[in-house]
Amino acid sequence: MNRLLPRALLAPAVVTLFLWMIVPLLMTIYFSLIRYNLLQPEISGFAGLENYQFFLTDPSFTAAVLNTLMLLGSVIVITVVGGVALALLIDEPFPGRSLVRILLISPFFVMPTVNALLWKHMMMNPIYGVLAQVWRFFGAQPVDWLTDVPLFSVIIMIAWQWLPFATLIFMTALQSMNREQLEAARMDGASYLQQLRYMVLPHLGRSIAVVVMIEMIFLMSVFAEIFTTTGGGPGDASTNVAFLIFKQALLNFDAGVASAGALFAVVLANIAAVFLIRMIGKNLD
Amino acid sequence: MTRRPYSLALWARTVAAWGVTLLLFFPLGWMALTAFKTELQAIHVPPLLLFEPTLGNFHEVQERSDYLLYAKNSIVTSVLSTLIGLLIAAPAAYSMAFFRSRQTRNLLMWMLSTKMMPAVGALVPIYVLAQKTALLDTQAGLIIVFTLSNLPIMVWMLYSYFKDIPNEILEAARMDGATLWQELRLVLLPLGMGGIASTGLLCLVLAWNEAFWALNLSSAKAGTLATLIASYSSPEGLFWAKLSAASLMAIAPIVVFGWFSQKQLVQGLTFGAVK
Repeated sequence: MNRLLPRALLAPAVVTLFLWMIVPLLMTIYFSLIRYNLLQPEISGFAGLENYQFFLTDPSFTAAVLNTLMLLGSVIVITVVGGVALALLIDEPFPGRSLVRILLISPFFVMPTVNALLWKHMMMNPIYGVLAQVWRFFGAQPVDWLTDVPLFSVIIMIAWQWLPFATLIFMTALQSMNREQLEAARMDGASYLQQLRYMVLPHLGRSIAVVVMIEMIFLMSVFAEIFTTTGGGPGDASTNVAFLIFKQALLNFDAGVASAGALFAVVLANIAAVFLIRMIGKNLD
Repeated sequence: MTRRPYSLALWARTVAAWGVTLLLFFPLGWMALTAFKTELQAIHVPPLLLFEPTLGNFHEVQERSDYLLYAKNSIVTSVLSTLIGLLIAAPAAYSMAFFRSRQTRNLLMWMLSTKMMPAVGALVPIYVLAQKTALLDTQAGLIIVFTLSNLPIMVWMLYSYFKDIPNEILEAARMDGATLWQELRLVLLPLGMGGIASTGLLCLVLAWNEAFWALNLSSAKAGTLATLIASYSSPEGLFWAKLSAASLMAIAPIVVFGWFSQKQLVQGLTFGAVK
Protein backbone atom coordinates (compact mmCIF):
# COMPACT_ATOMS: atom_id res chain seq x y z
CA MET A 1 0.00 0.00 0.00
CA ASN A 2 2.73 2.39 0.94
CA ARG A 3 4.43 1.91 -2.41
CA LEU A 4 1.24 1.92 -4.42
CA LEU A 5 -0.40 5.03 -3.04
CA PRO A 6 2.16 7.61 -4.22
CA ARG A 7 2.02 6.16 -7.69
CA ALA A 8 -1.75 6.14 -7.75
CA LEU A 9 -1.77 9.81 -6.79
CA LEU A 10 0.78 10.61 -9.44
CA ALA A 11 -0.90 8.63 -12.16
CA PRO A 12 -3.65 10.99 -13.34
CA ALA A 13 -1.23 13.87 -13.95
CA VAL A 14 1.43 11.71 -15.57
CA VAL A 15 -0.99 9.80 -17.77
CA THR A 16 -2.86 12.86 -19.02
CA LEU A 17 0.34 14.78 -19.69
CA PHE A 18 1.87 11.81 -21.43
CA LEU A 19 -1.17 11.46 -23.69
CA TRP A 20 -1.21 15.22 -24.28
CA MET A 21 2.39 14.97 -25.42
CA ILE A 22 2.57 11.67 -27.22
CA VAL A 23 -0.71 11.52 -29.15
CA PRO A 24 -0.23 14.83 -30.97
CA LEU A 25 3.44 13.99 -31.48
CA LEU A 26 2.72 10.66 -33.13
CA MET A 27 -0.03 12.16 -35.24
CA THR A 28 2.29 14.98 -36.23
CA ILE A 29 4.98 12.53 -37.28
CA TYR A 30 2.40 10.60 -39.30
CA PHE A 31 0.94 13.70 -40.97
CA SER A 32 4.40 14.97 -41.77
CA LEU A 33 5.11 11.87 -43.83
CA ILE A 34 1.95 11.89 -45.94
CA ARG A 35 0.41 14.20 -48.49
CA TYR A 36 -2.33 15.87 -46.53
CA ASN A 37 -3.88 18.99 -47.92
CA LEU A 38 -7.23 19.86 -46.41
CA LEU A 39 -8.38 21.39 -49.69
CA GLN A 40 -7.28 18.53 -51.93
CA PRO A 41 -8.34 15.34 -50.16
CA GLU A 42 -7.96 13.36 -53.40
CA ILE A 43 -4.18 13.79 -53.27
CA SER A 44 -2.90 11.42 -50.63
CA GLY A 45 -0.31 8.79 -50.00
CA PHE A 46 3.16 8.53 -48.62
CA ALA A 47 5.26 11.63 -49.16
CA GLY A 48 8.55 10.60 -47.64
CA LEU A 49 10.54 13.63 -46.66
CA GLU A 50 8.91 15.94 -49.21
CA ASN A 51 7.08 17.95 -46.57
CA TYR A 52 10.26 18.51 -44.62
CA GLN A 53 12.08 19.56 -47.73
CA PHE A 54 9.29 21.93 -48.61
CA PHE A 55 9.15 23.51 -45.18
CA LEU A 56 12.89 23.79 -44.70
CA THR A 57 13.60 25.21 -48.16
CA ASP A 58 10.70 27.64 -47.97
CA PRO A 59 12.37 31.07 -48.15
CA SER A 60 10.18 32.14 -45.25
CA PHE A 61 11.75 29.52 -43.05
CA THR A 62 15.13 31.15 -42.39
CA ALA A 63 13.42 34.45 -41.81
CA ALA A 64 11.04 32.85 -39.35
CA VAL A 65 13.81 31.20 -37.35
CA LEU A 66 15.79 34.44 -37.19
CA ASN A 67 12.69 36.40 -36.21
CA THR A 68 11.88 33.92 -33.45
CA LEU A 69 15.36 34.21 -31.97
CA MET A 70 15.42 37.97 -32.40
CA LEU A 71 12.08 38.33 -30.65
CA LEU A 72 13.04 36.04 -27.82
CA GLY A 73 16.47 37.61 -27.32
CA SER A 74 15.32 41.23 -27.50
CA VAL A 75 12.41 40.80 -25.14
CA ILE A 76 14.51 38.91 -22.61
CA VAL A 77 17.28 41.52 -22.70
CA ILE A 78 14.85 44.45 -22.47
CA THR A 79 12.83 42.96 -19.63
CA VAL A 80 15.80 41.75 -17.59
CA VAL A 81 17.83 44.96 -17.89
CA GLY A 82 14.80 47.22 -17.60
CA GLY A 83 13.31 45.08 -14.86
CA VAL A 84 16.43 45.21 -12.71
CA ALA A 85 16.70 48.96 -13.19
CA LEU A 86 13.05 49.53 -12.32
CA ALA A 87 13.18 47.18 -9.36
CA LEU A 88 16.18 49.06 -7.97
CA LEU A 89 14.33 52.31 -8.51
CA ILE A 90 11.24 51.30 -6.53
CA ASP A 91 13.04 49.12 -4.00
CA GLU A 92 13.28 51.85 -1.41
CA PRO A 93 10.21 53.59 -0.03
CA PHE A 94 8.87 56.75 -1.67
CA PRO A 95 5.45 58.40 -1.63
CA GLY A 96 2.82 56.36 -3.48
CA ARG A 97 4.93 53.23 -3.77
CA SER A 98 2.07 50.78 -3.31
CA LEU A 99 0.03 52.52 -6.01
CA VAL A 100 3.06 52.38 -8.32
CA ARG A 101 3.26 48.64 -7.77
CA ILE A 102 -0.36 48.17 -8.76
CA LEU A 103 -0.11 50.34 -11.86
CA LEU A 104 3.13 48.67 -12.90
CA ILE A 105 1.84 45.10 -12.79
CA SER A 106 -1.30 45.91 -14.81
CA PRO A 107 0.03 45.30 -18.35
CA PHE A 108 0.87 41.75 -17.35
CA PHE A 109 -2.81 40.91 -16.91
CA VAL A 110 -3.80 42.21 -20.33
CA MET A 111 -4.71 39.48 -22.79
CA PRO A 112 -2.47 39.31 -25.87
CA THR A 113 -5.21 40.24 -28.33
CA VAL A 114 -6.09 43.40 -26.40
CA ASN A 115 -2.42 44.29 -26.01
CA ALA A 116 -1.89 43.91 -29.75
CA LEU A 117 -4.91 45.90 -30.88
CA LEU A 118 -4.32 48.64 -28.34
CA TRP A 119 -0.82 49.21 -29.68
CA LYS A 120 -1.73 48.66 -33.31
CA HIS A 121 -4.55 51.17 -33.44
CA MET A 122 -4.32 53.66 -30.65
CA MET A 123 -0.56 53.91 -30.15
CA MET A 124 1.04 53.04 -33.48
CA ASN A 125 -1.46 54.25 -36.06
CA PRO A 126 0.60 56.54 -38.32
CA ILE A 127 -2.05 59.27 -38.50
CA TYR A 128 -4.14 59.34 -35.34
CA GLY A 129 -2.00 57.20 -33.05
CA VAL A 130 -0.60 58.72 -29.88
CA LEU A 131 2.99 58.07 -30.96
CA ALA A 132 2.42 59.79 -34.30
CA GLN A 133 1.09 62.84 -32.49
CA VAL A 134 4.06 62.90 -30.15
CA TRP A 135 6.40 62.65 -33.14
CA ARG A 136 4.59 65.48 -34.89
CA PHE A 137 4.64 67.58 -31.72
CA PHE A 138 8.42 67.43 -31.87
CA GLY A 139 8.35 68.23 -35.55
CA ALA A 140 9.36 64.75 -36.68
CA GLN A 141 7.83 62.67 -39.45
CA PRO A 142 5.51 60.06 -37.83
CA VAL A 143 6.65 56.45 -38.20
CA ASP A 144 4.40 53.86 -39.80
CA TRP A 145 5.37 51.33 -37.16
CA LEU A 146 3.73 48.13 -38.31
CA THR A 147 4.76 48.61 -41.94
CA ASP A 148 8.25 50.03 -41.55
CA VAL A 149 9.50 48.24 -38.42
CA PRO A 150 7.04 45.38 -37.91
CA LEU A 151 9.25 43.07 -35.86
CA PHE A 152 10.40 45.92 -33.65
CA SER A 153 6.77 46.90 -33.09
CA VAL A 154 5.88 43.40 -31.99
CA ILE A 155 8.91 43.39 -29.69
CA ILE A 156 7.70 46.62 -28.08
CA MET A 157 4.24 45.17 -27.43
CA ILE A 158 5.57 42.00 -25.89
CA ALA A 159 8.28 43.70 -23.86
CA TRP A 160 5.63 46.09 -22.53
CA GLN A 161 3.67 43.12 -21.31
CA TRP A 162 6.59 41.26 -19.71
CA LEU A 163 8.56 44.14 -18.20
CA PRO A 164 6.15 44.46 -15.26
CA PHE A 165 6.45 40.77 -14.57
CA ALA A 166 10.25 40.90 -14.47
CA THR A 167 10.21 44.05 -12.36
CA LEU A 168 7.97 42.57 -9.70
CA ILE A 169 9.96 39.36 -9.46
CA PHE A 170 13.22 41.28 -9.09
CA MET A 171 11.60 43.53 -6.54
CA THR A 172 10.47 40.56 -4.50
CA ALA A 173 14.00 39.20 -4.65
CA LEU A 174 15.61 42.51 -3.67
CA GLN A 175 13.52 42.64 -0.52
CA SER A 176 15.39 39.63 0.85
CA MET A 177 18.73 41.30 0.24
CA ASN A 178 20.96 41.68 3.29
CA ARG A 179 20.91 45.42 3.94
CA GLU A 180 23.66 45.33 6.53
CA GLN A 181 26.07 43.76 4.10
CA LEU A 182 25.34 46.50 1.58
CA GLU A 183 25.79 49.08 4.29
CA ALA A 184 29.13 47.57 5.25
CA ALA A 185 30.27 47.60 1.64
CA ARG A 186 29.30 51.24 1.37
CA MET A 187 31.27 52.03 4.53
CA ASP A 188 34.28 50.35 3.01
CA GLY A 189 33.99 52.73 0.10
CA ALA A 190 32.39 50.50 -2.53
CA SER A 191 30.91 52.64 -5.28
CA TYR A 192 27.30 52.15 -6.35
CA LEU A 193 28.44 50.29 -9.46
CA GLN A 194 30.66 48.01 -7.41
CA GLN A 195 27.80 47.23 -5.04
CA LEU A 196 25.65 46.47 -8.05
CA ARG A 197 28.23 44.29 -9.72
CA TYR A 198 29.44 42.30 -6.72
CA MET A 199 26.42 42.16 -4.42
CA VAL A 200 23.08 42.99 -6.02
CA LEU A 201 23.45 41.12 -9.31
CA PRO A 202 24.73 37.89 -7.74
CA HIS A 203 21.83 38.05 -5.31
CA LEU A 204 19.43 38.37 -8.23
CA GLY A 205 20.99 35.46 -10.15
CA ARG A 206 18.32 32.97 -9.20
CA SER A 207 15.43 35.24 -10.01
CA ILE A 208 16.99 36.22 -13.33
CA ALA A 209 17.14 32.50 -14.15
CA VAL A 210 13.47 32.16 -13.26
CA VAL A 211 12.47 35.14 -15.39
CA VAL A 212 14.44 33.89 -18.38
CA MET A 213 12.94 30.42 -18.06
CA ILE A 214 9.34 31.58 -17.79
CA GLU A 215 9.72 34.08 -20.61
CA MET A 216 11.26 31.44 -22.85
CA ILE A 217 8.36 29.11 -22.20
CA PHE A 218 5.85 31.75 -23.15
CA LEU A 219 7.72 33.65 -25.85
CA MET A 220 8.87 30.76 -28.04
CA SER A 221 5.38 30.54 -29.38
CA VAL A 222 4.22 34.13 -29.52
CA PHE A 223 1.18 34.00 -31.74
CA ALA A 224 -1.77 36.22 -30.94
CA GLU A 225 0.23 39.44 -31.05
CA ILE A 226 1.37 38.68 -34.60
CA PHE A 227 -1.98 37.25 -35.68
CA THR A 228 -3.88 40.37 -34.66
CA THR A 229 -1.41 43.02 -35.80
CA THR A 230 0.89 42.36 -38.74
CA GLY A 231 -0.34 38.95 -39.84
CA GLY A 232 3.33 38.06 -40.14
CA GLY A 233 4.04 40.74 -42.72
CA PRO A 234 4.86 42.72 -44.60
CA GLY A 235 6.36 39.77 -46.44
CA ASP A 236 7.86 37.63 -43.73
CA ALA A 237 9.21 40.56 -41.75
CA SER A 238 7.38 39.61 -38.57
CA THR A 239 6.69 35.92 -39.11
CA ASN A 240 8.04 33.65 -36.39
CA VAL A 241 8.17 29.85 -36.52
CA ALA A 242 4.87 29.50 -34.68
CA PHE A 243 3.12 31.82 -37.09
CA LEU A 244 4.70 30.18 -40.15
CA ILE A 245 3.35 26.78 -39.09
CA PHE A 246 -0.05 28.31 -38.48
CA LYS A 247 0.03 29.85 -41.96
CA GLN A 248 0.81 26.50 -43.55
CA ALA A 249 -1.86 24.70 -41.58
CA LEU A 250 -4.82 27.00 -41.53
CA LEU A 251 -4.17 29.46 -44.33
CA ASN A 252 -2.59 27.15 -46.92
CA PHE A 253 -4.51 24.15 -45.56
CA ASP A 254 -1.39 22.04 -45.93
CA ALA A 255 -1.42 19.89 -42.81
CA GLY A 256 1.48 17.79 -44.06
CA VAL A 257 3.90 20.68 -44.41
CA ALA A 258 2.62 22.26 -41.21
CA SER A 259 3.32 19.02 -39.38
CA ALA A 260 6.86 18.89 -40.69
CA GLY A 261 7.29 22.44 -39.42
CA ALA A 262 5.76 21.53 -36.10
CA LEU A 263 8.27 18.74 -35.60
CA PHE A 264 11.02 21.20 -36.33
CA ALA A 265 9.60 23.54 -33.70
CA VAL A 266 9.49 20.68 -31.22
CA VAL A 267 13.14 19.90 -31.87
CA LEU A 268 14.04 23.58 -31.49
CA ALA A 269 12.11 23.76 -28.23
CA ASN A 270 13.78 20.67 -26.88
CA ILE A 271 17.23 22.02 -27.59
CA ALA A 272 16.31 25.16 -25.68
CA ALA A 273 14.73 23.07 -22.93
CA VAL A 274 17.88 21.04 -22.38
CA PHE A 275 19.92 24.20 -21.87
CA LEU A 276 17.29 25.72 -19.64
CA ILE A 277 16.75 22.68 -17.51
CA ARG A 278 20.48 22.46 -16.88
CA MET A 279 20.42 26.06 -15.77
CA ILE A 280 17.20 25.96 -13.77
CA GLY A 281 17.66 22.49 -12.34
CA LYS A 282 20.64 23.77 -10.41
CA ASN A 283 18.77 26.84 -9.31
CA LEU A 284 15.52 25.32 -8.19
CA ASP A 285 16.52 22.41 -6.04
CA MET B 1 21.46 54.18 5.70
CA THR B 2 21.13 57.85 6.37
CA ARG B 3 17.53 58.77 5.99
CA ARG B 4 16.92 62.41 5.47
CA PRO B 5 13.22 62.97 4.84
CA TYR B 6 12.58 64.81 1.58
CA SER B 7 16.19 64.70 0.56
CA LEU B 8 17.07 65.42 -3.03
CA ALA B 9 17.63 61.71 -3.65
CA LEU B 10 14.14 60.87 -2.46
CA TRP B 11 12.61 63.50 -4.69
CA ALA B 12 14.58 62.28 -7.67
CA ARG B 13 13.54 58.70 -6.93
CA THR B 14 9.89 59.64 -6.56
CA VAL B 15 9.80 61.62 -9.78
CA ALA B 16 11.68 58.96 -11.75
CA ALA B 17 9.59 56.07 -10.43
CA TRP B 18 6.30 57.84 -11.06
CA GLY B 19 7.47 59.01 -14.47
CA VAL B 20 8.33 55.51 -15.65
CA THR B 21 5.20 54.03 -14.11
CA LEU B 22 2.87 56.52 -15.74
CA LEU B 23 4.62 56.00 -19.06
CA LEU B 24 4.15 52.24 -18.83
CA PHE B 25 0.57 52.54 -17.64
CA PHE B 26 -0.29 55.17 -20.24
CA PRO B 27 -1.55 52.82 -23.00
CA LEU B 28 -4.02 51.22 -20.61
CA GLY B 29 -5.12 54.51 -19.13
CA TRP B 30 -5.57 55.93 -22.61
CA MET B 31 -7.63 52.96 -23.66
CA ALA B 32 -9.87 53.33 -20.61
CA LEU B 33 -10.33 57.02 -21.41
CA THR B 34 -11.10 56.35 -25.07
CA ALA B 35 -13.78 53.84 -24.10
CA PHE B 36 -15.86 56.74 -22.81
CA LYS B 37 -15.44 58.97 -25.87
CA THR B 38 -17.54 59.19 -29.02
CA GLU B 39 -15.86 57.87 -32.17
CA LEU B 40 -15.15 61.41 -33.40
CA GLN B 41 -13.61 62.42 -30.09
CA ALA B 42 -11.50 59.27 -30.15
CA ILE B 43 -9.56 60.33 -33.25
CA HIS B 44 -9.52 64.03 -32.48
CA VAL B 45 -6.23 65.80 -33.22
CA PRO B 46 -4.81 66.89 -30.82
CA PRO B 47 -6.01 64.17 -28.42
CA LEU B 48 -8.79 65.22 -26.07
CA LEU B 49 -8.26 64.94 -22.36
CA LEU B 50 -11.45 66.71 -21.35
CA PHE B 51 -14.73 65.57 -22.84
CA GLU B 52 -18.21 64.57 -21.83
CA PRO B 53 -18.10 60.83 -21.10
CA THR B 54 -20.57 58.53 -22.80
CA LEU B 55 -21.57 54.95 -22.07
CA GLY B 56 -22.82 54.43 -25.62
CA ASN B 57 -19.86 52.30 -26.69
CA PHE B 58 -20.52 49.67 -24.07
CA HIS B 59 -24.11 49.26 -25.24
CA GLU B 60 -22.97 49.02 -28.83
CA VAL B 61 -20.38 46.35 -28.09
CA GLN B 62 -23.01 44.25 -26.33
CA GLU B 63 -25.43 44.64 -29.22
CA ARG B 64 -22.87 44.06 -31.96
CA SER B 65 -21.32 40.90 -30.62
CA ASP B 66 -23.06 39.71 -27.48
CA TYR B 67 -20.29 40.49 -24.98
CA LEU B 68 -22.11 38.61 -22.22
CA LEU B 69 -21.93 35.32 -24.11
CA TYR B 70 -18.16 35.62 -24.55
CA ALA B 71 -17.72 36.74 -20.95
CA LYS B 72 -19.67 33.71 -19.79
CA ASN B 73 -17.45 31.44 -21.91
CA SER B 74 -14.34 33.06 -20.44
CA ILE B 75 -15.55 32.62 -16.89
CA VAL B 76 -16.69 29.03 -17.35
CA THR B 77 -13.58 27.85 -19.19
CA SER B 78 -11.03 29.57 -16.95
CA VAL B 79 -12.69 28.63 -13.64
CA LEU B 80 -13.40 25.02 -14.56
CA SER B 81 -10.01 24.40 -16.15
CA THR B 82 -8.34 25.79 -13.03
CA LEU B 83 -10.41 23.61 -10.67
CA ILE B 84 -9.94 20.44 -12.70
CA GLY B 85 -6.25 21.21 -13.04
CA LEU B 86 -5.88 21.60 -9.28
CA LEU B 87 -7.67 18.31 -8.71
CA ILE B 88 -5.22 16.49 -10.98
CA ALA B 89 -2.09 18.42 -10.04
CA ALA B 90 -2.42 18.52 -6.25
CA PRO B 91 -2.30 14.75 -5.65
CA ALA B 92 0.66 14.48 -8.01
CA ALA B 93 2.51 17.30 -6.28
CA TYR B 94 1.73 15.77 -2.88
CA SER B 95 3.09 12.45 -4.00
CA MET B 96 6.27 13.99 -5.40
CA ALA B 97 6.90 16.23 -2.41
CA PHE B 98 6.37 13.67 0.33
CA PHE B 99 7.23 10.37 -1.31
CA ARG B 100 10.33 11.39 -3.19
CA SER B 101 11.92 8.76 -5.30
CA ARG B 102 14.82 8.74 -7.69
CA GLN B 103 12.52 9.51 -10.58
CA THR B 104 10.86 12.52 -9.01
CA ARG B 105 13.33 15.01 -10.37
CA ASN B 106 13.30 13.56 -13.87
CA LEU B 107 9.53 13.48 -13.81
CA LEU B 108 9.37 17.16 -12.91
CA MET B 109 11.82 18.09 -15.63
CA TRP B 110 9.88 16.05 -18.15
CA MET B 111 6.64 17.78 -17.19
CA LEU B 112 8.22 21.18 -17.56
CA SER B 113 9.69 20.22 -20.91
CA THR B 114 6.22 19.38 -22.25
CA LYS B 115 5.32 22.99 -21.52
CA MET B 116 8.24 24.19 -23.58
CA MET B 117 6.92 22.59 -26.70
CA PRO B 118 5.25 25.35 -28.62
CA ALA B 119 1.50 24.88 -28.72
CA VAL B 120 1.59 25.33 -32.46
CA GLY B 121 3.46 22.04 -32.69
CA ALA B 122 0.29 20.28 -31.68
CA LEU B 123 -2.10 22.49 -33.63
CA VAL B 124 -2.92 20.17 -36.53
CA PRO B 125 -3.43 16.99 -34.47
CA ILE B 126 -5.43 18.74 -31.76
CA TYR B 127 -7.56 20.46 -34.37
CA VAL B 128 -8.22 17.17 -36.12
CA LEU B 129 -8.98 15.40 -32.84
CA ALA B 130 -11.31 18.18 -31.71
CA GLN B 131 -13.09 18.01 -35.03
CA LYS B 132 -13.48 14.22 -34.92
CA THR B 133 -14.78 14.25 -31.35
CA ALA B 134 -17.12 17.18 -31.99
CA LEU B 135 -15.29 19.26 -29.39
CA LEU B 136 -14.51 22.05 -31.82
CA ASP B 137 -16.01 25.33 -30.65
CA THR B 138 -17.32 23.90 -27.39
CA GLN B 139 -16.61 24.95 -23.84
CA ALA B 140 -15.64 21.38 -22.97
CA GLY B 141 -12.99 21.35 -25.70
CA LEU B 142 -11.41 24.56 -24.44
CA ILE B 143 -11.55 23.40 -20.83
CA ILE B 144 -9.68 20.20 -21.69
CA VAL B 145 -6.99 22.06 -23.64
CA PHE B 146 -6.57 24.83 -21.05
CA THR B 147 -6.30 22.28 -18.25
CA LEU B 148 -3.69 20.24 -20.04
CA SER B 149 -1.59 23.17 -21.13
CA ASN B 150 -1.51 24.60 -17.58
CA LEU B 151 -1.02 21.25 -15.86
CA PRO B 152 2.81 21.19 -15.93
CA ILE B 153 2.99 24.64 -14.36
CA MET B 154 0.45 23.68 -11.73
CA VAL B 155 2.29 20.50 -10.72
CA TRP B 156 5.58 22.32 -10.59
CA MET B 157 4.27 25.21 -8.53
CA LEU B 158 2.35 23.06 -6.07
CA TYR B 159 5.38 20.81 -5.71
CA SER B 160 7.64 23.73 -4.86
CA TYR B 161 5.18 24.88 -2.20
CA PHE B 162 4.50 21.46 -0.75
CA LYS B 163 8.14 20.54 -0.42
CA ASP B 164 8.59 23.45 2.01
CA ILE B 165 6.12 21.80 4.38
CA PRO B 166 8.09 19.65 6.85
CA ASN B 167 7.46 15.98 6.25
CA GLU B 168 7.48 15.39 10.02
CA ILE B 169 4.18 17.16 10.47
CA LEU B 170 2.46 14.82 8.03
CA GLU B 171 4.20 11.82 9.56
CA ALA B 172 3.09 12.82 13.03
CA ALA B 173 -0.50 12.95 11.82
CA ARG B 174 -0.09 9.50 10.27
CA MET B 175 1.36 8.15 13.51
CA ASP B 176 -1.64 9.45 15.36
CA GLY B 177 -3.76 7.29 13.11
CA ALA B 178 -5.02 9.87 10.64
CA THR B 179 -6.39 8.37 7.47
CA LEU B 180 -5.06 9.66 4.15
CA TRP B 181 -8.16 11.76 3.70
CA GLN B 182 -7.80 13.30 7.17
CA GLU B 183 -4.12 13.92 6.59
CA LEU B 184 -4.85 15.77 3.38
CA ARG B 185 -7.82 17.71 4.66
CA LEU B 186 -6.67 18.61 8.15
CA VAL B 187 -2.91 18.97 7.70
CA LEU B 188 -1.87 19.48 4.10
CA LEU B 189 -4.75 21.68 2.98
CA PRO B 190 -4.38 24.32 5.74
CA LEU B 191 -0.59 24.37 5.47
CA GLY B 192 -0.54 24.41 1.68
CA MET B 193 -3.44 26.80 1.22
CA GLY B 194 -1.22 29.75 0.29
CA GLY B 195 0.48 27.75 -2.43
CA ILE B 196 -2.74 26.27 -3.72
CA ALA B 197 -4.27 29.73 -3.88
CA SER B 198 -1.28 31.19 -5.75
CA THR B 199 -1.33 28.34 -8.22
CA GLY B 200 -5.04 28.64 -8.79
CA LEU B 201 -4.87 32.41 -9.24
CA LEU B 202 -2.07 32.20 -11.76
CA CYS B 203 -3.77 29.53 -13.81
CA LEU B 204 -7.01 31.49 -13.76
CA VAL B 205 -5.18 34.47 -15.26
CA LEU B 206 -3.38 32.29 -17.81
CA ALA B 207 -6.60 30.61 -18.90
CA TRP B 208 -8.52 33.88 -19.08
CA ASN B 209 -5.85 35.40 -21.31
CA GLU B 210 -5.12 32.28 -23.37
CA ALA B 211 -5.38 33.24 -26.99
CA PHE B 212 -3.72 30.60 -29.16
CA TRP B 213 -6.07 27.69 -28.54
CA ALA B 214 -9.06 29.96 -28.08
CA LEU B 215 -8.48 31.54 -31.49
CA ASN B 216 -7.89 28.24 -33.24
CA LEU B 217 -10.45 25.99 -31.57
CA SER B 218 -13.39 28.25 -30.93
CA SER B 219 -15.47 30.85 -32.68
CA ALA B 220 -19.04 32.03 -32.31
CA LYS B 221 -20.35 29.47 -29.83
CA ALA B 222 -17.60 28.88 -27.28
CA GLY B 223 -15.35 31.84 -28.07
CA THR B 224 -13.74 33.53 -25.09
CA LEU B 225 -13.16 37.26 -24.68
CA ALA B 226 -9.73 36.89 -26.31
CA THR B 227 -11.45 35.80 -29.53
CA LEU B 228 -14.10 38.51 -29.26
CA ILE B 229 -11.35 41.14 -29.25
CA ALA B 230 -9.56 39.52 -32.18
CA SER B 231 -12.71 40.09 -34.25
CA TYR B 232 -11.91 43.80 -33.98
CA SER B 233 -8.54 43.38 -35.67
CA SER B 234 -9.60 44.65 -39.09
CA PRO B 235 -10.68 48.26 -38.98
CA GLU B 236 -14.19 49.12 -40.09
CA GLY B 237 -14.82 52.83 -40.28
CA LEU B 238 -14.49 54.65 -37.01
CA PHE B 239 -14.22 52.04 -34.34
CA TRP B 240 -11.56 53.04 -31.79
CA ALA B 241 -14.02 53.96 -29.08
CA LYS B 242 -15.90 50.70 -29.54
CA LEU B 243 -12.63 48.76 -29.61
CA SER B 244 -11.56 50.46 -26.39
CA ALA B 245 -14.86 49.73 -24.73
CA ALA B 246 -14.73 46.08 -25.76
CA SER B 247 -11.11 45.78 -24.62
CA LEU B 248 -11.87 47.42 -21.31
CA MET B 249 -14.75 45.04 -20.74
CA ALA B 250 -12.52 42.09 -21.64
CA ILE B 251 -9.62 42.90 -19.35
CA ALA B 252 -11.25 44.75 -16.45
CA PRO B 253 -12.39 41.64 -14.56
CA ILE B 254 -8.98 39.98 -14.64
CA VAL B 255 -6.94 43.15 -14.06
CA VAL B 256 -8.96 44.12 -11.00
CA PHE B 257 -8.75 40.53 -9.83
CA GLY B 258 -4.99 40.69 -10.38
CA TRP B 259 -4.64 43.90 -8.38
CA PHE B 260 -6.20 42.28 -5.36
CA SER B 261 -4.12 39.14 -5.55
CA GLN B 262 -0.85 40.49 -6.91
CA LYS B 263 1.29 39.52 -3.93
CA GLN B 264 0.15 35.92 -4.06
CA LEU B 265 0.45 35.91 -7.84
CA VAL B 266 4.00 37.17 -8.05
CA GLN B 267 5.08 34.62 -5.50
CA GLY B 268 3.33 31.94 -7.44
CA LEU B 269 4.97 32.96 -10.70
CA THR B 270 8.43 32.53 -9.29
CA PHE B 271 7.69 28.85 -8.69
CA GLY B 272 8.43 29.55 -5.04
CA ALA B 273 12.05 30.11 -5.98
CA VAL B 274 12.24 33.75 -5.00
CA LYS B 275 11.27 34.61 -1.50
